[in-house]
Amino acid sequence: MSRSIFKNLTFFFASIATMALVSSPVNAQLRVDISGTGAQQFPVAVADFSGDPAGRLIAEVIRADLTRSGQFRLINTTGAELSVDSQIAFKEWRIRGADYVAYGSVSQVAEGQYEVKYRLVDVINEQELDAVAINGTDRELRRIAHQVADRIYEKITGVPGVFATRIAYVLKQGNTYELQIADADGQNPQIALRSREPIISPAWSPDGKKLAYVSFESGKPVVYVHELASSQRVPVANFKGNNSAPAWSPDGQTLAVVLTRDGLSQIYLVNAADGSNLRRLTRSPLIDTEPVFSPDGQSIFFTSDRSGKPQIYQIPVTGGEARRVTFNGDYNISPRISPDGQNLLVVTRRDGQFRVGLVDLATGNETLLTDGPDDQSPSFAPNGKQVLYAAKQGGRNMLAGVSSDGRMRQTLSVLNGEIREPTWGPYGQNP
Amino acid sequence: MNLRLVKSFSVIGFTLTLAACSSVSLDDAASGDAGAAGGMGGASASGVMDPFNPSSVLATDRSVYFEFNSYSVGEQYRPLVNTHAQYLASNPEQTILIEGNTDARGGAEYNLALGNRRAEAVRRMMTLIGARDAQIETISFGKEKPKALGDTEADYAENRRADIVYLR
Repeated sequence: MSRSIFKNLTFFFASIATMALVSSPVNAQLRVDISGTGAQQFPVAVADFSGDPAGRLIAEVIRADLTRSGQFRLINTTGAELSVDSQIAFKEWRIRGADYVAYGSVSQVAEGQYEVKYRLVDVINEQELDAVAINGTDRELRRIAHQVADRIYEKITGVPGVFATRIAYVLKQGNTYELQIADADGQNPQIALRSREPIISPAWSPDGKKLAYVSFESGKPVVYVHELASSQRVPVANFKGNNSAPAWSPDGQTLAVVLTRDGLSQIYLVNAADGSNLRRLTRSPLIDTEPVFSPDGQSIFFTSDRSGKPQIYQIPVTGGEARRVTFNGDYNISPRISPDGQNLLVVTRRDGQFRVGLVDLATGNETLLTDGPDDQSPSFAPNGKQVLYAAKQGGRNMLAGVSSDGRMRQTLSVLNGEIREPTWGPYGQNP
Repeated sequence: MNLRLVKSFSVIGFTLTLAACSSVSLDDAASGDAGAAGGMGGASASGVMDPFNPSSVLATDRSVYFEFNSYSVGEQYRPLVNTHAQYLASNPEQTILIEGNTDARGGAEYNLALGNRRAEAVRRMMTLIGARDAQIETISFGKEKPKALGDTEADYAENRRADIVYLR
């Protein structure tokens, strides 16, 4: 196992210069491309961790994470030879151009058991910002590296990092659909469900332990809740007609779903545990779909064509009058609310191109984050700083990411399959 | 099958040009449908009113096509819908599924809702003619199960469709 991690991380090292990160040979089909730079880039040096061959590879994962965020400029650490107990030559690092230095040590404390110690110093103010020791098995070394990267990100930017979070998406290969869960960098994919029929609309529970999704395995769309650790599944909406578009309430107790049992698509609420206590939320003569709870749980944003064309509306979770939220263009769908509740992501159609837009809910101002032509299924990272979406390039679907200011973009493609319906998971979802 | 092809090409022509001449060809296709429907109860092979007989018009003509982002049943498909509705009205034990589909453009969930709305439009027309609610379930596959796999206008037109499926 430790050898396969070594191989995995070696590939990281070999490819980072080209900004194309390739995983281990087992999933060698993954490819990441990055373009653009952040508005502000913090100069940071991440020295190879000493004490074990794994140390260099841990540093590579941290550097790759920080680079992908677009918010850091990596300073060359050649010849640094730092351990976690080293005295840092602040002046020398200032001359090299670094404002911050991260360094550490790795030791194998038992067979397959590692201790990773790290420190972060501010070389301008000559002070230590962080110091921590994290223990784990060989197969947890990547996750530990992501956790260290999260700490560096938060200490320097003031915003929690999302490198140790996970994403879910559907991989279609031929006629096979796989619901997969991967690290936020697309590595380490795990299969939660494999099916011959389509799977759409995966939605993470707030605690990251379950996914709700729509599976066509019974011949029509049915909503399931799937506990990841046990692989236990419960059909929570299986009524006459279609069952789709699950969305979790922030407390994880309630699911909003879209049903056609009474005619056209309308929004209903059910208990997330077992689908009981069905109640209807919207009553329009036209399509209401794609519900998503506001972060305070008090209202639901959704797509409706009640004005003739699909637009985003907001309705109190207790029902009542819906308020229209989007006004630009004649096709706005797939709402997602930022964690602070202030911004709305949409897919908007402009001149036949589907693009991801960001709407400031207070002012109505809109920023188009992507160029299309077929960008779908956007979701926020839990810190609100990045957006994950599905893009189509050269006729193939792939994962893509863009910073919330639109400056930094990346794509992650799979050579022998199509990635669809991506969604970013919450914080604190360690398996 | 030939009839199906002609019909789908004429829909494509309509989509591409919206010109008067393609309206004429649409009418031609529609009158073909009307002829088939008119054969109901008659002696010709296509006049056999049995949805499980592959040569019956009930088995050969069971798709309604739609314009982009539209869910209204075109005039040219009314004879087809009428034929099925009358069969259901006179065979009250028979149940059907109407499956709505969309082309690949746009979001998965909105297309699922749009496909359902297409299926519902066909269902409502059938119930107005005399089929009963309990005989018809509508479902949608949205853009998830395309019949035509390409990215051309013709592929899109083929996929904007509601299929009538008789249940045994």
